[in-house]
Amino acid sequence: MKRLLDPDSLRALARGCAVLGAGGGGDPYLGLLQALQATEDFGPVPLVDLDELPDDSLVMPCGAIGAPTVSVEKIENGDEGGRLREHLEDLTGRRVAALMAAEIGGANGLLPITWAAQIGLPVADADGMGRAFPEVPQVTMHLAGISPSPAVMTDERGNLVIFQTVSGHWMERLERAAAVEFGGSASSTEFSMTAAQARGATVRDSVSLAIRIGEAVSRAQESPVDALIAELGAFRLIIGKVLDVERRTTSGFARGSVVIEGLGVDTGRLIRLELQNENLVALERGHVLASVPDLITVLDSETAGAIATERIAYGQRVTVIAFGCDPVWRTGEGIAVAGPRAFGYEFDYLPVEELAGATA
Amino acid sequence: MPPPDCRLGVDVGGTNTDAVIMDAADRVLAKAKVPGTADITSGIVAAIDAVLGTPGVEPQRISHVMLGTTHATNAVLERRNLRRVAVLRIGGPATYSIRPMFGWPRDLVDAVSVGAEIVDGGIEFDGQDLSPLDTDAIARFLGRVGGKADGVVITSVFAPVSARHELLAAEVVKRELGEVHTSLSHEIGSIGLLERENAAILNGALAGVARDVAGAMLDALTAHGLRPVTFFAQNDGTLMSLDQALRYPVLTIGSGPANSVRGAAFLTGISDSLVADVGGTSTDVGVLTNGFPRESAQGVEIGGVRTNFRMPDLVTIALGGGTVVSGDPGDVRIGPRSVGYLIQRDALIFGGTTPTLTDGAVLAGRADIGGAPGGADWASRHRRMLSEALARADVMLAEAIDRVKTSKEDRPLIAVGGGSILIPDRIPGVSEIVRPEHFDAANAVGAAIASVSGQVDRIFHLGPDGRQAVLDEAQDEARERAVAAGADPGTVQIIEVDEIPLAYLTSPAVRIRVKAAGTLGGVPAESHSTSEAS
Repeated sequence: MKRLLDPDSLRALARGCAVLGAGGGGDPYLGLLQALQATEDFGPVPLVDLDELPDDSLVMPCGAIGAPTVSVEKIENGDEGGRLREHLEDLTGRRVAALMAAEIGGANGLLPITWAAQIGLPVADADGMGRAFPEVPQVTMHLAGISPSPAVMTDERGNLVIFQTVSGHWMERLERAAAVEFGGSASSTEFSMTAAQARGATVRDSVSLAIRIGEAVSRAQESPVDALIAELGAFRLIIGKVLDVERRTTSGFARGSVVIEGLGVDTGRLIRLELQNENLVALERGHVLASVPDLITVLDSETAGAIATERIAYGQRVTVIAFGCDPVWRTGEGIAVAGPRAFGYEFDYLPVEELAGATA
Repeated sequence: MPPPDCRLGVDVGGTNTDAVIMDAADRVLAKAKVPGTADITSGIVAAIDAVLGTPGVEPQRISHVMLGTTHATNAVLERRNLRRVAVLRIGGPATYSIRPMFGWPRDLVDAVSVGAEIVDGGIEFDGQDLSPLDTDAIARFLGRVGGKADGVVITSVFAPVSARHELLAAEVVKRELGEVHTSLSHEIGSIGLLERENAAILNGALAGVARDVAGAMLDALTAHGLRPVTFFAQNDGTLMSLDQALRYPVLTIGSGPANSVRGAAFLTGISDSLVADVGGTSTDVGVLTNGFPRESAQGVEIGGVRTNFRMPDLVTIALGGGTVVSGDPGDVRIGPRSVGYLIQRDALIFGGTTPTLTDGAVLAGRADIGGAPGGADWASRHRRMLSEALARADVMLAEAIDRVKTSKEDRPLIAVGGGSILIPDRIPGVSEIVRPEHFDAANAVGAAIASVSGQVDRIFHLGPDGRQAVLDEAQDEARERAVAAGADPGTVQIIEVDEIPLAYLTSPAVRIRVKAAGTLGGVPAESHSTSEAS
């Protein structure tokens, strides 16, 4: 066991999950309250390294799928994770040894902890993205050739659907449609794997990283933003304020752009962020400063709190940072799944170190 | 004797309580400022007595009284005079992973709650039942805690989409407990279950405070032989009737700053501008958009509890007329302490011994007030320190103004509040500084403006007619609500539209927030010709 996830580390984790959400993944605030209540009721959850788990035991990636706007109303019961585990064990004939966040970024980084507390299992120090992404197959397990099936989806009522699909694309399609019927949001597990497989198919130590981010911010003496940048080795793209926000919705995804005007040392600069649930691209005078799969996060300049794309508003004082994604996303296949062209942009991916590093 | 044609506005602030009387032509006939007291209720009575006692004022001409007050906020912060309520959430089997009031400060839970229960029921985002409403479970819960409760608070999942389960539950409450103060979340907050529930619980807890304040105000008016129509100012600067305020006291919780911004708009006739309200202890800088305060993008915390109220979006700095200046030239300290309402005793310019920013402003020639001679030896002794302090205060103010601005362009600034003499004539980023008459009573004037609003905030499903159809539907509904709240239908305008598409759904849906506002029907001020003809 690496540590027990006590209330203090959960608070730090929530801050870190918001930063790793790169603007998406939903507000971890409710996830934090859930985890705090579950910890109070059932005791703190152990955080374990994948190396500690028996090779042939199962790791269960899990989280919520659907609209964040729904999950702020229809909050989980808390027993969904137990049902997912029970059926996954029935389907695979293996025991689940640990739950894992499919997505560390945003609210989904915390939900597995609530479930793990209820069923008395540990949480693995890993996830399937190292950030947040909008689609089911945009996970490192997909790149490693792990099958998304069998997937299990359930709701607070006890309805349960098992998905056996021919591809990640079909999993996305069918699960998304089912989530709407469940009431706009549901709980699910996909890409289950053995611990031995998980060691090479996930972003390792991402829970610890998120906790370190949160702790760096809360410990900061002077500037929380500086402390966060130092902890992450991030690039500061601009310090400024939000000048313009434009939103539109196309085929179920909230798209838009945000213009940030430089202040202080950055006076005279203008940066545009392109969004699709997450911050995808940062541009300055037509030049790309950073893009997916690297992470772009908008921080409150004063508190270093991450601002989600749906909460960005005129006049906010912000610092935009960018930092490198997990190396697996920078492989040919990773870029094909989550690079600029996967989101409809007509340019090739370059690492943030080369782009922002050159101008910053 | 002419028919009653005047409005009396009262605003309870941190330092002072202000009152004004305005006539049918919106002229300020009288104003009064009384220092804050430990017991705010007596401040209201004193302000009403003072303004009605102004020579030339005929109290019987008062037809409407409007009150803006910080009572509700203070009661929550101080856990004082709060009622205890039964907290009912309708949403099972969902939502158990966060109990009602989980994460609240323990002492506040003890002060407001006799118990909480989650029962089956609630609504889905598309309007269907989440699960059937368990009315038996509601009756059992009420049977258990009803005897101890001063009120009941009911919150259903997705009540902003459909209120039917909250309304059915309210019927059960009536059947089981009779007439008891009942707070329904859909009438109080918007999307966001916990924040809306929190606001509804605070609402139930504040019912007694609202009754006390209203009672004190009505007693003061009755003592003058008056029985006017009374209103409370709410967060957005519009009014709610006394009955409404008694049912939904939590909606008055942010009325103070809203009143100042509204008053600034009214006194200048400007509808888009920056507003700085300089009081005795602090300065609020806000933005006037379409005649209303711009609201914050996120909900606010009250007494350690997260709500989804939209409050006026303000930058507040500890800079006021009574702010104490100390230190030496080269190392001057500004506040945060203020002499507050004792400025007329303590400030140098009034013969006191405490250097304040007001003294600095007088020395710099920005104002001509006070009795102590400018050539007195305090002036020469403190001149350097005070002028340094004033320069620093100017920078603080300019920064605060820049923080609320949304664009590079210079904007006008309306300077209001008793301490606004501190504001220099030139500020970077400000095109012009407008100093209206009665600047020192802008907050009470803001309360006395007869404007009412209606708001819609819920999820709409895009049908075959697309986005425009649901936008129209939302706007019509907001207009209807404004009229239901008392607005003259001919004056109702849409003042704000906000739409957020719901992400990650295959069927298109959008959350739309619309606010409409109009002038209060039947107020003489809004129909000059009619009142002159009668």
